[in-house]
Amino acid sequence: MAKATNTELVDLLGEKFGEQLFDVSEPYGLLTFSTNKDKVIDVLSFLKENGKINFNFLTDITAVHYPEKEKIAVVYHLHSMVSGIRVRLKVFLHENDPRLASATVLWNGANWMERETYDFFGVKFEGHPDLRRILNVDDLPVHPMLKQYPLEDPNRVDKKDEYFGR
Amino acid sequence: MTHNQPVYTDNDPQDGLVTLNLGPTHPATHGVFQNILQMDGERIVSGVSTIGYIHRAFEKIAEHRPFYQITPLTDRLNYCSSPINNMGWHMTVEKLLNIQIPKRVDYLRVIIMELSRIADHIICNTIIAQDTGATTTFLYLFQYREHIYEIFEEICGARLTTNIGRIGGLERDFNEVAFAKINKFLKEFPVALKEFESLLNRNRIFIDRTKGVAEVTAENALSYSWTGPLLRATGIDYDVRVSEPYSSYQDFDFEIPVGTSGDVFDRYLVRNEEMWQSVRIIEQAIEKLKSEPKGIFHADVPDFYLPGKEEVYNNMEALIYHFKIVMGEIDAPKAEVYHAVEGGNGELGFYLINDGGRSPYRLHFRRPSFINYQMYAKMSEGMLLSDAIINMSSLNIIAGELDA
Repeated sequence: MAKATNTELVDLLGEKFGEQLFDVSEPYGLLTFSTNKDKVIDVLSFLKENGKINFNFLTDITAVHYPEKEKIAVVYHLHSMVSGIRVRLKVFLHENDPRLASATVLWNGANWMERETYDFFGVKFEGHPDLRRILNVDDLPVHPMLKQYPLEDPNRVDKKDEYFGR
Repeated sequence: MTHNQPVYTDNDPQDGLVTLNLGPTHPATHGVFQNILQMDGERIVSGVSTIGYIHRAFEKIAEHRPFYQITPLTDRLNYCSSPINNMGWHMTVEKLLNIQIPKRVDYLRVIIMELSRIADHIICNTIIAQDTGATTTFLYLFQYREHIYEIFEEICGARLTTNIGRIGGLERDFNEVAFAKINKFLKEFPVALKEFESLLNRNRIFIDRTKGVAEVTAENALSYSWTGPLLRATGIDYDVRVSEPYSSYQDFDFEIPVGTSGDVFDRYLVRNEEMWQSVRIIEQAIEKLKSEPKGIFHADVPDFYLPGKEEVYNNMEALIYHFKIVMGEIDAPKAEVYHAVEGGNGELGFYLINDGGRSPYRLHFRRPSFINYQMYAKMSEGMLLSDAIINMSSLNIIAGELDA
Protein backbone atom coordinates (compact mmCIF):
# COMPACT_ATOMS: atom_id res chain seq x y z
CA MET A 1 0.00 0.00 0.00
CA ALA A 2 1.26 3.39 -0.94
CA LYS A 3 2.06 5.86 1.77
CA ALA A 4 -1.08 7.78 2.63
CA THR A 5 -0.53 11.51 2.84
CA ASN A 6 -1.49 13.76 5.67
CA THR A 7 -3.84 15.76 3.41
CA GLU A 8 -5.82 12.64 2.53
CA LEU A 9 -6.02 11.84 6.19
CA VAL A 10 -7.22 15.32 7.13
CA ASP A 11 -9.93 15.10 4.45
CA LEU A 12 -11.07 11.72 5.68
CA LEU A 13 -11.17 12.78 9.32
CA GLY A 14 -12.81 16.10 8.53
CA GLU A 15 -15.56 14.29 6.64
CA LYS A 16 -16.25 12.05 9.59
CA PHE A 17 -15.78 14.35 12.57
CA GLY A 18 -16.02 17.88 11.19
CA GLU A 19 -15.82 20.44 13.95
CA GLN A 20 -14.88 17.81 16.52
CA LEU A 21 -11.31 17.90 15.31
CA PHE A 22 -9.43 21.16 15.59
CA ASP A 23 -5.95 22.66 15.93
CA VAL A 24 -4.70 20.68 12.96
CA SER A 25 -1.00 21.18 12.31
CA GLU A 26 1.96 19.31 10.92
CA PRO A 27 5.09 19.93 12.98
CA TYR A 28 7.99 18.09 11.32
CA GLY A 29 5.57 16.21 9.09
CA LEU A 30 3.71 14.56 11.93
CA LEU A 31 -0.01 15.28 11.67
CA THR A 32 -1.27 16.64 14.97
CA PHE A 33 -4.82 17.45 15.96
CA SER A 34 -6.98 17.85 19.05
CA THR A 35 -10.39 16.62 19.95
CA ASN A 36 -12.90 16.96 22.77
CA LYS A 37 -12.65 14.66 25.73
CA ASP A 38 -15.97 12.93 25.14
CA LYS A 39 -14.99 12.15 21.54
CA VAL A 40 -11.62 10.59 22.21
CA ILE A 41 -12.60 6.91 22.04
CA ASP A 42 -14.67 7.55 18.89
CA VAL A 43 -11.72 9.19 17.18
CA LEU A 44 -9.24 6.56 18.33
CA SER A 45 -11.43 3.66 17.26
CA PHE A 46 -12.11 5.32 13.91
CA LEU A 47 -8.38 5.73 13.40
CA LYS A 48 -7.74 2.16 14.45
CA GLU A 49 -10.49 0.41 12.58
CA ASN A 50 -10.97 2.36 9.38
CA GLY A 51 -9.62 0.12 6.65
CA LYS A 52 -8.22 3.00 4.61
CA ILE A 53 -5.91 4.43 7.25
CA ASN A 54 -5.56 1.60 9.74
CA PHE A 55 -3.71 3.13 12.70
CA ASN A 56 -3.46 -0.25 14.35
CA PHE A 57 -0.52 0.50 16.61
CA LEU A 58 -0.56 2.60 19.76
CA THR A 59 2.94 3.98 20.11
CA ASP A 60 2.60 6.02 23.24
CA ILE A 61 0.34 7.81 25.70
CA THR A 62 1.65 10.64 27.79
CA ALA A 63 0.55 14.01 29.12
CA VAL A 64 1.75 17.60 29.32
CA HIS A 65 0.83 20.13 31.97
CA TYR A 66 0.17 23.77 30.98
CA PRO A 67 -0.36 25.57 34.30
CA GLU A 68 -0.94 29.02 32.75
CA LYS A 69 -3.83 27.61 30.69
CA GLU A 70 -4.91 25.44 33.65
CA LYS A 71 -4.87 22.48 31.30
CA ILE A 72 -3.42 19.02 31.09
CA ALA A 73 -3.04 17.67 27.58
CA VAL A 74 -3.14 13.92 27.12
CA VAL A 75 -1.15 13.04 24.01
CA TYR A 76 -1.60 9.86 21.96
CA HIS A 77 0.87 8.80 19.32
CA LEU A 78 -0.55 6.34 16.84
CA HIS A 79 1.23 4.56 14.04
CA SER A 80 -0.14 2.94 10.96
CA MET A 81 2.24 0.14 10.10
CA VAL A 82 0.29 -0.49 6.90
CA SER A 83 0.71 2.97 5.41
CA GLY A 84 3.78 3.91 7.44
CA ILE A 85 2.61 7.21 8.92
CA ARG A 86 2.08 8.51 12.42
CA VAL A 87 -0.48 10.84 13.96
CA ARG A 88 -0.60 12.66 17.23
CA LEU A 89 -3.91 13.23 19.00
CA LYS A 90 -4.28 15.64 21.88
CA VAL A 91 -7.06 16.02 24.39
CA PHE A 92 -7.03 19.05 26.66
CA LEU A 93 -8.50 18.51 30.13
CA HIS A 94 -9.02 20.97 32.91
CA GLU A 95 -6.34 20.52 35.54
CA ASN A 96 -8.82 20.45 38.42
CA ASP A 97 -10.76 17.53 37.05
CA PRO A 98 -8.67 15.51 34.61
CA ARG A 99 -10.91 12.63 33.59
CA LEU A 100 -10.83 10.76 30.34
CA ALA A 101 -12.14 7.51 28.92
CA SER A 102 -9.58 4.73 28.92
CA ALA A 103 -8.11 3.44 25.67
CA THR A 104 -7.65 -0.03 27.16
CA VAL A 105 -10.83 -1.05 25.34
CA LEU A 106 -8.92 -0.65 22.08
CA TRP A 107 -5.37 -1.66 22.98
CA ASN A 108 -4.12 -3.83 25.84
CA GLY A 109 -0.89 -1.89 25.71
CA ALA A 110 -2.66 1.26 26.86
CA ASN A 111 -2.84 -0.20 30.35
CA TRP A 112 0.59 0.72 31.69
CA MET A 113 0.87 3.85 29.58
CA GLU A 114 -2.27 5.16 31.25
CA ARG A 115 -1.09 4.05 34.66
CA GLU A 116 2.10 6.00 34.08
CA THR A 117 0.13 9.06 32.98
CA TYR A 118 -2.09 8.74 36.04
CA ASP A 119 0.91 8.33 38.29
CA PHE A 120 2.69 11.43 37.05
CA PHE A 121 -0.18 13.74 36.10
CA GLY A 122 -3.19 12.47 38.02
CA VAL A 123 -5.29 11.93 34.90
CA LYS A 124 -8.07 9.52 35.85
CA PHE A 125 -8.80 7.12 33.04
CA GLU A 126 -12.38 5.96 33.39
CA GLY A 127 -12.90 2.32 32.59
CA HIS A 128 -9.29 1.40 33.23
CA PRO A 129 -9.13 -2.08 34.82
CA ASP A 130 -6.40 -1.34 37.34
CA LEU A 131 -5.60 2.33 37.71
CA ARG A 132 -2.80 2.39 40.30
CA ARG A 133 0.51 4.17 40.55
CA ILE A 134 3.23 2.39 38.66
CA LEU A 135 6.64 3.95 39.17
CA ASN A 136 6.16 6.02 42.32
CA VAL A 137 5.32 4.66 45.74
CA ASP A 138 1.64 4.10 46.44
CA ASP A 139 1.44 6.61 49.30
CA LEU A 140 2.98 9.53 47.41
CA PRO A 141 0.64 12.47 48.02
CA VAL A 142 1.29 14.30 44.73
CA HIS A 143 1.48 13.70 40.99
CA PRO A 144 5.07 14.77 40.53
CA MET A 145 5.23 15.78 36.86
CA LEU A 146 2.77 18.62 37.39
CA LYS A 147 4.61 21.88 36.96
CA GLN A 148 3.84 23.23 40.44
CA TYR A 149 6.16 20.68 42.02
CA PRO A 150 9.75 21.90 41.80
CA LEU A 151 12.60 19.53 41.16
CA GLU A 152 15.09 20.91 43.61
CA ASP A 153 14.97 22.76 46.86
CA PRO A 154 13.27 26.05 45.89
CA ASN A 155 15.45 27.91 48.40
CA ARG A 156 18.54 27.32 46.30
CA VAL A 157 19.64 30.65 44.90
CA ASP A 158 22.60 29.71 42.74
CA LYS A 159 20.45 28.51 39.84
CA LYS A 160 18.01 31.40 39.56
CA ASP A 161 17.61 32.81 36.07
CA GLU A 162 18.40 36.39 37.14
CA TYR A 163 22.00 35.39 37.81
CA PHE A 164 22.30 34.34 34.19
CA GLY A 165 20.83 37.51 32.74
CA ARG A 166 17.60 35.78 31.76
CA MET B 1 -0.29 -5.46 49.05
CA THR B 2 2.10 -2.68 49.78
CA HIS B 3 4.77 -1.62 47.44
CA ASN B 4 7.95 -2.24 49.36
CA GLN B 5 7.11 -5.13 51.62
CA PRO B 6 7.28 -8.76 50.65
CA VAL B 7 4.05 -10.67 50.69
CA TYR B 8 4.06 -13.55 53.14
CA THR B 9 2.23 -16.77 52.68
CA ASP B 10 -0.97 -16.11 54.53
CA ASN B 11 -3.20 -17.80 52.04
CA ASP B 12 -6.13 -19.92 52.79
CA PRO B 13 -4.62 -23.42 53.08
CA GLN B 14 -7.76 -24.80 51.44
CA ASP B 15 -6.89 -23.65 47.94
CA GLY B 16 -3.37 -25.04 48.21
CA LEU B 17 -1.73 -22.07 46.52
CA VAL B 18 1.62 -20.66 47.57
CA THR B 19 2.65 -17.04 47.21
CA LEU B 20 6.09 -16.62 45.73
CA ASN B 21 8.02 -13.36 45.62
CA LEU B 22 10.12 -13.42 42.47
CA GLY B 23 12.31 -10.42 43.07
CA PRO B 24 12.88 -7.53 43.68
CA THR B 25 16.46 -8.79 43.96
CA HIS B 26 16.36 -12.24 42.54
CA PRO B 27 19.30 -13.38 40.40
CA ALA B 28 16.94 -14.72 37.74
CA THR B 29 15.21 -11.39 37.15
CA HIS B 30 18.46 -9.71 36.02
CA GLY B 31 17.29 -6.42 37.41
CA VAL B 32 15.38 -4.89 40.25
CA PHE B 33 11.69 -5.63 39.84
CA GLN B 34 9.23 -7.84 41.58
CA ASN B 35 6.64 -10.38 40.54
CA ILE B 36 4.29 -11.71 43.16
CA LEU B 37 3.20 -15.08 41.88
CA GLN B 38 0.46 -17.40 43.06
CA MET B 39 1.81 -20.88 42.59
CA ASP B 40 0.03 -24.17 42.31
CA GLY B 41 3.02 -26.46 42.67
CA GLU B 42 5.40 -25.53 39.86
CA ARG B 43 2.70 -23.84 37.85
CA ILE B 44 1.91 -20.14 38.00
CA VAL B 45 -1.75 -19.37 38.56
CA SER B 46 -1.55 -15.60 38.49
CA GLY B 47 0.99 -12.87 38.88
CA VAL B 48 1.30 -9.19 39.68
CA SER B 49 4.25 -7.18 38.42
CA THR B 50 5.63 -4.37 40.54
CA ILE B 51 8.10 -2.02 38.97
CA GLY B 52 9.60 1.32 39.86
CA TYR B 53 12.38 0.23 42.17
CA ILE B 54 14.96 2.30 40.33
CA HIS B 55 12.75 5.15 39.20
CA ARG B 56 14.98 8.21 38.92
CA ALA B 57 12.55 10.85 37.62
CA PHE B 58 14.47 11.47 34.40
CA GLU B 59 11.56 13.22 32.74
CA LYS B 60 11.35 15.68 35.60
CA ILE B 61 15.10 16.21 35.71
CA ALA B 62 15.13 16.74 31.94
CA GLU B 63 12.78 19.70 32.33
CA HIS B 64 15.52 21.44 34.28
CA ARG B 65 18.58 20.61 32.17
CA PRO B 66 19.86 22.14 28.95
CA PHE B 67 19.82 19.81 25.96
CA TYR B 68 23.44 18.73 26.14
CA GLN B 69 23.07 17.72 29.80
CA ILE B 70 20.24 15.33 28.99
CA THR B 71 22.54 12.98 27.08
CA PRO B 72 23.95 11.42 30.29
CA LEU B 73 20.39 10.80 31.47
CA THR B 74 19.65 8.79 28.32
CA ASP B 75 22.73 6.66 29.02
CA ARG B 76 20.98 5.27 32.01
CA LEU B 77 17.83 4.14 30.23
CA ASN B 78 18.93 0.99 28.47
CA TYR B 79 22.42 0.83 29.89
CA CYS B 80 23.25 -2.25 27.83
CA SER B 81 23.19 -0.19 24.64
CA SER B 82 23.51 3.38 25.83
CA PRO B 83 25.09 4.74 22.60
CA ILE B 84 21.80 4.09 20.78
CA ASN B 85 19.99 6.17 23.39
CA ASN B 86 22.60 8.94 23.09
CA MET B 87 22.30 9.01 19.31
CA GLY B 88 18.53 8.91 19.48
CA TRP B 89 18.50 11.93 21.73
CA HIS B 90 20.98 13.85 19.60
CA MET B 91 18.99 13.12 16.47
CA THR B 92 15.82 14.31 18.20
CA VAL B 93 17.40 17.67 18.97
CA GLU B 94 18.91 17.85 15.50
CA LYS B 95 15.47 17.24 14.03
CA LEU B 96 14.12 20.04 16.20
CA LEU B 97 16.91 22.39 15.09
CA ASN B 98 16.84 21.25 11.43
CA ILE B 99 20.53 20.38 11.42
CA GLN B 100 21.85 18.53 8.37
CA ILE B 101 24.39 15.93 9.37
CA PRO B 102 27.24 15.06 6.98
CA LYS B 103 27.19 11.54 5.58
CA ARG B 104 30.47 10.62 7.23
CA VAL B 105 29.06 11.41 10.68
CA ASP B 106 25.97 9.36 9.88
CA TYR B 107 28.13 6.38 8.99
CA LEU B 108 30.27 6.74 12.10
CA ARG B 109 27.09 6.83 14.15
CA VAL B 110 25.75 3.77 12.37
CA ILE B 111 28.92 1.90 13.32
CA ILE B 112 28.50 2.90 16.96
CA MET B 113 24.80 2.04 17.04
CA GLU B 114 25.22 -1.33 15.38
CA LEU B 115 28.06 -2.24 17.74
CA SER B 116 25.81 -1.44 20.67
CA ARG B 117 23.00 -3.45 19.15
CA ILE B 118 25.34 -6.42 18.98
CA ALA B 119 26.36 -5.83 22.63
CA ASP B 120 22.70 -5.69 23.64
CA HIS B 121 21.77 -8.87 21.78
CA ILE B 122 24.85 -10.67 23.12
CA ILE B 123 23.62 -10.01 26.63
CA CYS B 124 20.11 -11.19 25.91
CA ASN B 125 20.94 -14.33 23.97
CA THR B 126 23.73 -15.51 26.21
CA ILE B 127 21.51 -14.97 29.25
CA ILE B 128 18.75 -17.06 27.70
CA ALA B 129 21.30 -19.82 27.25
CA GLN B 130 22.62 -19.28 30.77
CA ASP B 131 19.13 -19.59 32.22
CA THR B 132 18.60 -22.86 30.43
CA GLY B 133 21.80 -24.10 32.06
CA ALA B 134 24.33 -23.54 29.26
CA THR B 135 27.11 -21.66 31.01
CA THR B 136 29.71 -22.35 28.32
CA THR B 137 27.98 -20.34 25.63
CA PHE B 138 27.56 -17.44 28.00
CA LEU B 139 31.25 -17.22 28.75
CA TYR B 140 32.14 -17.83 25.13
CA LEU B 141 30.30 -14.95 23.52
CA PHE B 142 30.25 -12.54 26.42
CA GLN B 143 33.89 -11.61 25.96
CA TYR B 144 32.96 -9.96 22.65
CA ARG B 145 30.84 -7.54 24.58
CA GLU B 146 34.05 -6.63 26.37
CA HIS B 147 35.73 -6.04 23.00
CA ILE B 148 32.85 -3.76 21.98
CA TYR B 149 33.28 -1.81 25.18
CA GLU B 150 36.96 -1.45 24.40
CA ILE B 151 36.00 0.09 21.09
CA PHE B 152 33.66 2.52 22.86
CA GLU B 153 36.43 3.32 25.27
CA GLU B 154 38.65 4.21 22.34
CA ILE B 155 35.94 6.37 20.77
CA CYS B 156 34.65 8.27 23.77
CA GLY B 157 36.61 7.27 26.86
CA ALA B 158 33.75 5.56 28.65
CA ARG B 159 32.49 2.01 28.56
CA LEU B 160 29.03 1.52 29.98
CA THR B 161 27.40 4.93 30.34
CA THR B 162 29.05 6.30 27.27
CA ASN B 163 27.70 9.80 26.67
CA ILE B 164 28.94 9.43 23.09
CA GLY B 165 28.58 12.33 20.70
CA ARG B 166 27.25 15.83 20.77
CA ILE B 167 24.32 17.59 19.26
CA GLY B 168 25.52 18.04 15.68
CA GLY B 169 27.97 15.18 15.48
CA LEU B 170 30.59 13.42 17.55
CA GLU B 171 32.96 14.98 20.05
CA ARG B 172 36.01 13.56 18.29
CA ASP B 173 36.90 11.53 15.26
CA PHE B 174 37.59 7.81 15.46
CA ASN B 175 41.32 7.31 15.81
CA GLU B 176 43.45 4.67 14.12
CA VAL B 177 43.31 2.38 17.14
CA ALA B 178 39.51 2.49 17.12
CA PHE B 179 39.38 1.48 13.45
CA ALA B 180 41.92 -1.24 14.09
CA LYS B 181 39.83 -2.58 16.97
CA ILE B 182 36.66 -2.48 14.89
CA ASN B 183 38.35 -4.37 12.07
CA LYS B 184 39.69 -6.92 14.52
CA PHE B 185 36.22 -7.32 15.97
CA LEU B 186 34.68 -7.78 12.53
CA LYS B 187 37.17 -10.53 11.82
CA GLU B 188 36.83 -12.41 15.10
CA PHE B 189 33.22 -11.94 16.12
CA PRO B 190 31.59 -13.86 13.22
CA VAL B 191 33.73 -16.88 14.06
CA ALA B 192 32.60 -16.79 17.69
CA LEU B 193 28.97 -16.16 16.76
CA LYS B 194 29.04 -19.12 14.41
CA GLU B 195 30.42 -21.26 17.21
CA PHE B 196 27.78 -19.91 19.58
CA GLU B 197 25.07 -20.83 17.11
CA SER B 198 26.49 -24.28 16.55
CA LEU B 199 26.38 -24.87 20.30
CA LEU B 200 22.73 -23.83 20.65
CA ASN B 201 20.71 -23.74 17.43
CA ARG B 202 20.36 -27.49 17.12
CA ASN B 203 20.99 -28.30 20.76
CA ARG B 204 18.30 -30.72 21.89
CA ILE B 205 18.17 -29.47 25.48
CA PHE B 206 18.05 -25.83 24.44
CA ILE B 207 15.29 -26.44 21.91
CA ASP B 208 13.26 -28.46 24.42
CA ARG B 209 13.51 -25.64 26.92
CA THR B 210 12.69 -22.79 24.53
CA LYS B 211 10.55 -23.99 21.65
CA GLY B 212 6.86 -23.41 22.22
CA VAL B 213 7.51 -21.48 25.41
CA ALA B 214 5.61 -18.20 25.74
CA GLU B 215 4.21 -18.15 22.23
CA VAL B 216 2.68 -14.83 21.27
CA THR B 217 0.47 -14.16 18.30
CA ALA B 218 1.07 -11.16 16.07
CA GLU B 219 -2.32 -9.65 16.99
CA ASN B 220 -1.56 -9.91 20.67
CA ALA B 221 1.90 -8.41 20.23
CA LEU B 222 0.46 -5.47 18.31
CA SER B 223 -2.27 -4.95 20.85
CA TYR B 224 0.35 -4.77 23.58
CA SER B 225 2.41 -2.32 21.50
CA TRP B 226 5.39 -4.61 21.29
CA THR B 227 8.26 -3.53 19.09
CA GLY B 228 11.75 -4.69 18.28
CA PRO B 229 12.94 -8.30 18.16
CA LEU B 230 9.94 -9.44 20.20
CA LEU B 231 7.46 -8.15 17.62
CA ARG B 232 9.57 -9.42 14.76
CA ALA B 233 9.65 -12.89 16.33
CA THR B 234 5.86 -12.99 15.92
CA GLY B 235 6.24 -12.40 12.19
CA ILE B 236 5.78 -8.65 11.75
CA ASP B 237 8.68 -7.01 9.93
CA TYR B 238 8.54 -3.65 11.65
CA ASP B 239 11.90 -2.02 12.13
CA VAL B 240 12.31 1.73 12.57
CA ARG B 241 15.60 1.62 10.66
CA VAL B 242 13.65 0.65 7.54
CA SER B 243 10.22 2.18 8.03
CA GLU B 244 11.57 5.63 8.93
CA PRO B 245 15.28 5.60 8.13
CA TYR B 246 17.43 7.87 10.26
CA SER B 247 21.17 8.44 10.20
CA SER B 248 21.35 7.30 6.53
CA TYR B 249 20.19 3.74 7.19
CA GLN B 250 18.60 3.88 3.74
CA ASP B 251 22.11 3.65 2.25
CA PHE B 252 22.67 0.22 3.72
CA ASP B 253 21.70 -3.17 2.45
CA PHE B 254 20.40 -5.41 5.21
CA GLU B 255 17.53 -7.68 6.03
CA ILE B 256 14.97 -7.75 8.82
CA PRO B 257 14.75 -11.24 10.23
CA VAL B 258 11.31 -12.38 11.35
CA GLY B 259 10.08 -15.39 13.26
CA THR B 260 6.78 -17.24 13.05
CA SER B 261 5.50 -18.28 16.45
CA GLY B 262 6.91 -15.55 18.73
CA ASP B 263 8.20 -18.07 21.25
CA VAL B 264 11.49 -17.85 23.14
CA PHE B 265 13.33 -19.86 20.50
CA ASP B 266 12.17 -17.52 17.71
CA ARG B 267 13.20 -14.47 19.70
CA TYR B 268 16.61 -16.04 20.17
CA LEU B 269 16.92 -16.75 16.44
CA VAL B 270 15.77 -13.26 15.48
CA ARG B 271 18.33 -11.63 17.77
CA ASN B 272 21.08 -13.88 16.46
CA GLU B 273 20.26 -13.05 12.88
CA GLU B 274 20.16 -9.35 13.76
CA MET B 275 23.71 -9.63 15.02
CA TRP B 276 24.73 -11.02 11.61
CA GLN B 277 22.93 -8.16 9.91
CA SER B 278 24.62 -5.66 12.21
CA VAL B 279 28.01 -7.07 11.27
CA ARG B 280 27.00 -6.66 7.64
CA ILE B 281 25.98 -3.04 8.22
CA ILE B 282 29.23 -2.20 10.00
CA GLU B 283 31.24 -3.72 7.15
CA GLN B 284 29.34 -1.62 4.64
CA ALA B 285 29.80 1.48 6.77
CA ILE B 286 33.57 0.94 6.95
CA GLU B 287 33.58 0.57 3.18
CA LYS B 288 31.49 3.71 2.65
CA LEU B 289 33.72 5.75 4.94
CA LYS B 290 36.61 5.24 2.53
CA SER B 291 34.93 7.42 -0.09
CA GLU B 292 33.94 10.18 2.37
CA PRO B 293 36.22 13.17 3.01
CA LYS B 294 38.43 12.48 6.01
CA GLY B 295 38.35 14.34 9.27
CA ILE B 296 34.70 15.42 9.32
CA PHE B 297 33.09 14.36 12.55
CA HIS B 298 30.45 17.02 13.12
CA ALA B 299 28.14 19.30 11.20
CA ASP B 300 29.16 22.91 10.73
CA VAL B 301 26.66 24.38 13.20
CA PRO B 302 28.65 26.43 15.73
CA ASP B 303 25.43 27.73 17.30
CA PHE B 304 24.55 24.29 18.58
CA TYR B 305 27.66 22.11 18.48
CA LEU B 306 29.57 22.31 21.74
CA PRO B 307 33.21 23.01 20.74
CA GLY B 308 36.14 21.05 22.15
CA LYS B 309 37.91 22.35 25.24
CA GLU B 310 41.14 23.06 23.39
CA GLU B 311 39.33 25.34 20.98
CA VAL B 312 37.44 27.05 23.77
CA TYR B 313 40.69 28.02 25.46
CA ASN B 314 42.42 29.21 22.29
CA ASN B 315 39.75 30.58 20.03
CA MET B 316 37.50 33.58 20.57
CA GLU B 317 34.49 32.33 18.57
CA ALA B 318 34.61 28.93 20.17
CA LEU B 319 34.65 30.54 23.59
CA ILE B 320 31.60 32.65 22.74
CA TYR B 321 29.64 29.71 21.39
CA HIS B 322 30.69 27.57 24.32
CA PHE B 323 29.42 30.21 26.71
CA LYS B 324 26.15 30.62 24.83
CA ILE B 325 25.46 26.90 24.62
CA VAL B 326 26.35 26.24 28.25
CA MET B 327 24.23 29.16 29.38
CA GLY B 328 21.36 27.85 27.27
CA GLU B 329 21.10 30.83 24.97
CA ILE B 330 20.56 28.91 21.79
CA ASP B 331 17.66 29.79 19.52
CA ALA B 332 15.68 26.61 19.38
CA PRO B 333 12.30 26.80 17.69
CA LYS B 334 9.16 26.56 19.78
CA ALA B 335 7.94 23.24 18.53
CA GLU B 336 7.25 19.66 19.36
CA VAL B 337 8.98 16.72 17.79
CA TYR B 338 8.78 12.96 18.02
CA HIS B 339 11.75 10.95 16.92
CA ALA B 340 12.17 7.20 17.15
CA VAL B 341 15.19 4.99 16.76
CA GLU B 342 15.46 1.23 16.77
CA GLY B 343 16.93 0.43 20.16
CA GLY B 344 18.08 -2.97 21.30
CA ASN B 345 14.60 -3.80 22.55
CA GLY B 346 12.44 -1.92 20.09
CA GLU B 347 11.23 1.50 19.19
CA LEU B 348 12.89 4.02 21.48
CA GLY B 349 10.99 7.26 21.06
CA PHE B 350 11.69 10.78 22.26
CA TYR B 351 8.77 13.18 22.47
CA LEU B 352 10.21 16.64 23.00
CA ILE B 353 8.25 19.84 23.49
CA ASN B 354 10.36 22.96 23.38
CA ASP B 355 9.03 26.33 24.44
CA GLY B 356 12.15 28.29 23.49
CA GLY B 357 13.64 28.13 26.95
CA ARG B 358 16.88 26.76 28.25
CA SER B 359 15.57 23.24 28.75
CA PRO B 360 12.72 21.16 27.31
CA TYR B 361 9.23 22.08 28.39
CA ARG B 362 8.44 18.41 28.38
CA LEU B 363 10.42 15.36 27.40
CA HIS B 364 8.91 11.93 27.31
CA PHE B 365 10.81 8.73 26.62
CA ARG B 366 8.92 5.94 24.92
CA ARG B 367 10.82 3.10 26.51
CA PRO B 368 10.42 -0.26 24.79
CA SER B 369 11.17 -2.35 27.90
CA PHE B 370 8.44 -0.61 29.86
CA ILE B 371 5.87 -1.30 27.19
CA ASN B 372 7.07 -4.81 26.33
CA TYR B 373 7.06 -5.91 29.97
CA GLN B 374 3.40 -5.28 30.70
CA MET B 375 2.32 -8.52 29.10
CA TYR B 376 4.62 -10.56 31.35
CA ALA B 377 2.26 -11.31 34.24
CA LYS B 378 -0.52 -12.20 31.83
CA MET B 379 1.77 -14.42 29.77
CA SER B 380 2.99 -16.25 32.84
CA GLU B 381 -0.43 -17.54 33.80
CA GLY B 382 -0.44 -21.29 33.46
CA MET B 383 3.26 -21.42 32.75
CA LEU B 384 5.86 -23.39 34.67
CA LEU B 385 8.10 -21.26 36.86
CA SER B 386 11.22 -22.37 35.01
CA ASP B 387 9.63 -21.37 31.69
CA ALA B 388 8.62 -18.01 33.09
CA ILE B 389 12.25 -17.36 33.99
CA ILE B 390 13.41 -18.06 30.44
CA ASN B 391 10.56 -15.98 29.10
CA MET B 392 11.75 -13.06 31.20
CA SER B 393 15.32 -13.43 29.93
CA SER B 394 14.11 -13.46 26.36
CA LEU B 395 12.06 -10.29 26.86
CA ASN B 396 15.39 -8.65 27.74
CA ILE B 397 13.91 -6.35 30.34
CA ILE B 398 16.48 -3.76 31.35
CA ALA B 399 15.52 -2.24 34.69
CA GLY B 400 16.89 1.16 33.71
CA GLU B 401 14.65 1.34 30.69
CA LEU B 402 11.69 -0.02 32.62
CA ASP B 403 11.70 2.73 35.21
CA ALA B 404 13.30 5.81 33.66
